[in-house]
Amino acid sequence: MSLRIYAIAYLIFLYAPIALLPVFAFNDATIIAFPLSGFTTNWFGELWTNTSLHTAVKNSVFIAVMTAILSTLLGVCAARAGAMAHFPLKAGIMGFIMLPLVLPEIIVAVSLLVVVVQIFDLGLSNWTIISAHVLICTPFCIAILNGAFQNLDPSMEEAAMDLGETRFGAFRSVTLPLVMPGIISSMLIAFTISLDEFIIAFFLSGVSPTMPVYIWGLLRFPASLPVVMALGTILVALSILLLTIAEILRRRGMARAGVADKGGFL
Amino acid sequence: MLKRRNISESQRSALLISPPFLYALVLMAFPLAAIFLFSFWTQDFMDVDTTFTLDNYREIFEKPIYGALLQRSLFVSTCVTVVTVILAFPVAYFVSFHVRAERKSLWLFLITIPFWTSYLIRVFLWKVILGFNGVINTGLINIGLIEEPLTFILYNVNAVIITLAHAFAPFAILPIFVALEKIDRSLLEAAQDLGESKMMTFFRVTLPLAMPGVVAAVLIVFIPTIGDYVTPELMGGAGGKLIANMIQTQFLALNNAPLGAALAIVAMVCVTAIALVFVLLNRRWLRGRS
Repeated sequence: MSLRIYAIAYLIFLYAPIALLPVFAFNDATIIAFPLSGFTTNWFGELWTNTSLHTAVKNSVFIAVMTAILSTLLGVCAARAGAMAHFPLKAGIMGFIMLPLVLPEIIVAVSLLVVVVQIFDLGLSNWTIISAHVLICTPFCIAILNGAFQNLDPSMEEAAMDLGETRFGAFRSVTLPLVMPGIISSMLIAFTISLDEFIIAFFLSGVSPTMPVYIWGLLRFPASLPVVMALGTILVALSILLLTIAEILRRRGMARAGVADKGGFL
Repeated sequence: MLKRRNISESQRSALLISPPFLYALVLMAFPLAAIFLFSFWTQDFMDVDTTFTLDNYREIFEKPIYGALLQRSLFVSTCVTVVTVILAFPVAYFVSFHVRAERKSLWLFLITIPFWTSYLIRVFLWKVILGFNGVINTGLINIGLIEEPLTFILYNVNAVIITLAHAFAPFAILPIFVALEKIDRSLLEAAQDLGESKMMTFFRVTLPLAMPGVVAAVLIVFIPTIGDYVTPELMGGAGGKLIANMIQTQFLALNNAPLGAALAIVAMVCVTAIALVFVLLNRRWLRGRS
């Protein structure tokens, strides 16, 4: 019983900062502190007229979409290989691919910065951010996709091949529909991670900032903080929506593959 | 027939693994090797002098500021790890042992959601909670517990630790939960049938079996926290800056990438060494018990 109370208190601790977001987003004062003064929707209105924010959002969405597609493609390869026969060094190679999960982001950022700028003398662009985001998102995609691929019955694909399908045809018409929920779930997670990522984007962004880099700039100016709160409220609502869809699809995928749900993305 | 098929399947699976493997090789291993090499070069105004030298490392060991920052960073990461794992264990235990099977994934979903939502804004909101006119101070003044706002909770190391412990919570809960789920429940019954108390069963059966999860949680919190510069920048004030802030400054503001690279290497080596010592000690402890 006391454990349950502790767990609920812990959840409150986890949600406390996010719960404050809408409070200040609708608060009619430029200072982010108590006591509250009145209700306003002005801060949301300002979001619509801010063109530099719009550019940053467009950049971030492009980066996040490309990251979602590419890291899920790599994730599908790894998860499918993981579910297949052993080959030499398999565990080591898998561990190597999962390594970005524990690598500090600043290390990923500075090492790519050195390679791109100092060694190859290339300019920074959205693509430098995408390449780094794909690296850090792929382990998460693999973790999600493993759930979909691991328990797939290989005899189904074999049956399709015995009935005359090619290997690729069997994959497309039998396996792909079964793992589709996992694939969409993995893309949504990669999209969410990339959209929110700041440390790497700060080092690797070119002339036009991504949304988190733009928000970082705003945090220095007290006058722009209520607008940040309004933006944050929209982002939190959006990511909760995306994650809920991802979770529902992940569960549906597990059910389709005929596995008991053990819960959790990781 | 069967044998040939197996060979071809393992070849196909090796073929499939190669795109993600090559990607990690080109975008992780190669850049890591590059900054290692880079750390032995020096910045000569706008150009990089590529003669091999240990000057960067010498500077790091001789100027006390780098040692102090590194020490503080390791201290903060250790505190964050201890706080996060100790706070997380009971939650993981609760979800694994006391929540009905069909509700477990809902609990895990609720725990992971805050982790995915706008990191920067979340860190900033801790400033709102802990600040001079923040939620905690206003609340405590209103109920009359304190008269002056507390100042030890913002713009110092404490604030950095609280914020990071919040940010990494799900990272600690999930691996511990997975390890607890794997424990065969009949072992616990057996221990109690043999006369162990509930408390002793926990310490002698559950905890040792959950140790792989605890170790994973420690590593997955301890290693990445060393690289965070957002939280110390926003929450740390003047006395709460960490090694990651210095790496960032060397790369972006001071334009001394080779020194920044050397700092990054030193930080990585320290963290990896501490992590390895921890894993070895834990292995010895577990072996000593069995």
